[in-house]
Parts: sequence; C-alpha cells; structure tokens
Amino acid sequence: MNIVETFNLTKKFNGLIAVNNVSLKIKEGEIFGLLGPNGAGKTTFISMLCTLLKPTSGTAKVNGFDIVKQQNEVRKSIGIVFQEPSLDNRLTGRENLEMHAGLYGVPKSERKRRIDEVLKLVGLYERANELVRNYSGGMKRRLEIARGLIHYPKVLFLDEPTLGLDPQTREYIWEYIKKLAERERITILLTTHYMEEADALCDRVAIMDYGEIKVLDTPENLKNRLEGDVLTLEVSDGEKFLERIKKIDSIKKIHAIENKISMTVKNAEKLAPKILELARKNKILINSISIRKPSLGDVFLHYTGREIREEIGEPKEMLKRRARVL
Amino acid sequence: MSEIERIYTIWLREIIRFWRDKSRIVSSLVQPLLFLIVLGGGFSFVRLGNINYQTFLFPGIVAMSLVGISIASGVSVIWDREFGFLKEILVAPISRTSIFTGKALGGCTTALIQGIIILSLSFIIGIPVTLNSFLVSIFLMIIISLGLVSIGLIIASLIETFESFGMIMNFIIFPLIFLSGAFFPLQGAPEWLKIISFANPLTYGVEAIRYTIIGFSSIPFSLSLTVIIVFSFVMILLGGVAFSRQK
Repeated sequence: MNIVETFNLTKKFNGLIAVNNVSLKIKEGEIFGLLGPNGAGKTTFISMLCTLLKPTSGTAKVNGFDIVKQQNEVRKSIGIVFQEPSLDNRLTGRENLEMHAGLYGVPKSERKRRIDEVLKLVGLYERANELVRNYSGGMKRRLEIARGLIHYPKVLFLDEPTLGLDPQTREYIWEYIKKLAERERITILLTTHYMEEADALCDRVAIMDYGEIKVLDTPENLKNRLEGDVLTLEVSDGEKFLERIKKIDSIKKIHAIENKISMTVKNAEKLAPKILELARKNKILINSISIRKPSLGDVFLHYTGREIREEIGEPKEMLKRRARVL
Repeated sequence: MSEIERIYTIWLREIIRFWRDKSRIVSSLVQPLLFLIVLGGGFSFVRLGNINYQTFLFPGIVAMSLVGISIASGVSVIWDREFGFLKEILVAPISRTSIFTGKALGGCTTALIQGIIILSLSFIIGIPVTLNSFLVSIFLMIIISLGLVSIGLIIASLIETFESFGMIMNFIIFPLIFLSGAFFPLQGAPEWLKIISFANPLTYGVEAIRYTIIGFSSIPFSLSLTVIIVFSFVMILLGGVAFSRQK
C-alpha cells in the first residue's frame, strides 16, 4: 500500500520553480530518502506534504487524505522534524512533549505512558525534566524526533535530521531512526544532502535536483546501475599510461588529474592485474592502487551531471584538451 | 471538545513561561508602582473634591499596568516565530482561530495577575475596596485586557522583528495611557484634550474601573461598560482575522 502519493506536485515562487511536476509513491513502512543538494526543493516538497505550503499545481495524498482539501486529517497522520529547531527552549523536555500531546489530542490517560515511551526510545528519559535550553544539539534533535512520534503518526517527516551535528552524534541519530522504524512500524520520509546518510538509512532513495526527481531506486540498485567499480591508480607517467589503457574496452569512464587516474570499470578485481602487467611492459611505475565499490556519491554525480562534467570528462576530450595545452 | 483542550494547551504554555520569568513579573510591576508612589505622593497636596490625588490616580494605575503587559504579550508570537516554535503550532491539527484564542487568553491571564497584584495594594495605601468592587474590577480588567491583548497579537502578526515590535508598542502604549484620563480628571481638561481622550477606548476602561473602585467618574458607567465591551469584541474579531491570514 502507498502511504504517500504525489501527483504532478509543483510549487513555484515568483516564477522560480522549486518543485517541478513530482509524482512518486512511498510504500507503507519504508524509510524513503530524498537526496539532493541544498536548494534542490526538498524542504519545499516536504512543506507541501505537511500542509504548510499550498502547491501551485498538482496534489498529493498522505495516508489517503488530500493535502489541500483534508488538511486536518493529514496533520493528524504525520509527525515532522523541521530542518531548523522548533522547540520551546524555556520549557523542559517533558513539557515540550506534553504541549505536543495536548495539541494533537492524545488522550490524557495515555499521555504519560506514551511520553515516557518516546523519551526512552531516544534515550532522554533521565534528562526529561531539564530545560531544553541546556540541551546539546544532538539532544534537541532527539527530543524533536520523540515529539514527532507522540501522536502515533503514520508518516514521520525528517527534514535534514542530522544537519549541523558532529559525526558521532549523527551516527547516534541514525541508530535511533533505525530503531524507531522497527519498533513503531511507521513510514519515514527523510531529506538529506549527506550521501552516507541516505545509504545507511534508506530502503529507497530519490535523487532530487532543481526540483525534479532524477532517479528513484534502492541504494543498492542505484549503485549497481553504474555497472562498475572505481579503480584509482597513481602512476609515474600519466600521459603515457592514458594512451595505453584507453584501448581497454571494459573501462567505461576515465578521470585524470596529473598522474592520478580514476576509472569506472566492470570487475575491477580481474582488470587490475591486467593493467599492472600493461604498465610493467611499458615501463610505467605504479605508486598506488585502490579499488572501491561506487558510493551513492558517484551515483549522485552521475545523475545530476554537474560535477561529472567538471571532473570526469570523456577520455578523448580529456586528451584533446591536454594536447592543446601541450 | 478536543479543540478546547488544544486552546488550553496554548494557554498553559503562556502561563508556564510567564511564571518561569520572575524578573519580568517584578519589572513590569515597577513602573506602575513608581507612578503610584512618586506621582501620587508628589501631588498629595492636590485634592479633587473630597478625594486625594493618590486615590484618584490608583484606578488609572491599575489600567496602566494592564495596558503594558497586555500589549507586550503579543511578543510571544514574535518569539515563537524567531525560535521556530511557531511552525510546531502551525503544523498541528489546530485552527488558527484557536491558536489566537489560546494566546489571547494566555496574555489576558498574565495581565490579570498583574492587575490583581496592583489592585491588592489598595489596602496598603488605604483605599477602601469592597469585595464587590474588587470582583467587578476583575470582570472589567478581563474585558479590557482581552481587547488590548488582541491589539498586541494583531501587531505581532503584522510585524517581523523584536525591534520593530518594541518600537510600535511604545508608540501605542504611552499615548494610550496619557490620553486616557488616568492621571488627571477629564472635566478640567482643555477642549482639544477632551476630544482626543473621548476618542481613546482606554479612557472608558479607566473610567469604568475608577467608578467601580472610588465611585467617581467623568463618564457614566453604563456608557463606559458598553464602549469597552464593543471595543474588545471588535479587537478580538480583527485579531482572529489577522491570525487566520497568517502564513
């Protein structure tokens, strides 16, 4: 079953298109990632789904309710953690949660039990009676996640949940997100511009750029779509080395900076010895070699195009450019 | 029913925040007391019929304490916007009108607490207040502060920053108080001042409270009461509209 469905969802601000004709379906129970650079339209997209912004055209359904015509039902169905902090610093953690429970009409009899439950889930039970202004950045984020869960939402929106947090705290937050996805059995839609985050957390990822969805699949499939590993070598004579290897068919893309050469290849493990042999025959020294599986970062570059053009040019063009310089 | 609970939640938050900010409670009492003691003491030689000036001034000071804190309560909206909490409220399943109602009742309650503190001082400075006049004053204070809180909330819904809110507040509060007959009897005032003062809704609030506490007024009580009820009603409506138009 699809818990979120968008139909040609579009938002324009004074002629600028922030979200352009986005149609996608999010399945119940999955962690869905919206990956894109800053300004790609992710927050605008989420703001429309949580009824804070009206779409210019198109619409969407959340938990079966229309985001324009059934705002109140949509609001009851969702929890949200905004990109910017939205806690009351002058209340305690527990009071913030109590306010939320009151605003969402959680029955009084259940309130305390539920608040304790979500506090324990994010590991803040012991610190709940402190003023939020004394919390660290990570604690505030966790409290916001807990708050978003109190009213048993069907969908939880997390807009850049780890923005501005240090790497260690970020991994903690990831743990909590995974844990709550399991325990609360809810659907999570998160936006991020961290590749590792999308890779570590999401069942499916949509890459968004300039308001459009470029590609949508599981992180695994996205990486496999590139059909290759990234093989990087540092050699003594890059010029000569490039001449020799450009004849090898299984090399799909070459990216060279001076004597450091990266290439996308099929079966890097098998190709590497051949390349070493080739280098030896041509008396080219190899200083280092590394093989890695493609990351979502490589996928991202591939589909958004921008940085690919800058860094990984076609081998022929690259050589031409070098020839001109020489 | 659940909507009432949501309004209660918004109200409760205002009260908790007010209660926690003890310095604000104390500092907002200082100004009215200064007026009452210094101005009232300094002009103690002035007598209006058989009433001394401090007694005359007292109801005006009660109204004055309401004005400041009521209009200032609008700042909570700006605070919420600045620190992001407003989004949490706006995305909750609660109507804009209810948000306004909760905020207005919260501001009204805090203003009322201040008003009652000032009113209680009447015993200390020897102004006789009966239980009856005490209760009627509280009723009047509720009506007046609801109107004034609405003004504060309307301003806050139109203004973006703390600074400009503070500026506009001062711009409104002082003329409102000085032209309300809080400090001098309107009968003796020059014609132009009378005209302006009679156009000021707060004048009727001051007069109503004064009549209730010391049995002296320049405007009949029934007229004062009617004006403040109509005024507050209109302000509440305008406030509700201003809020429902907010993004």
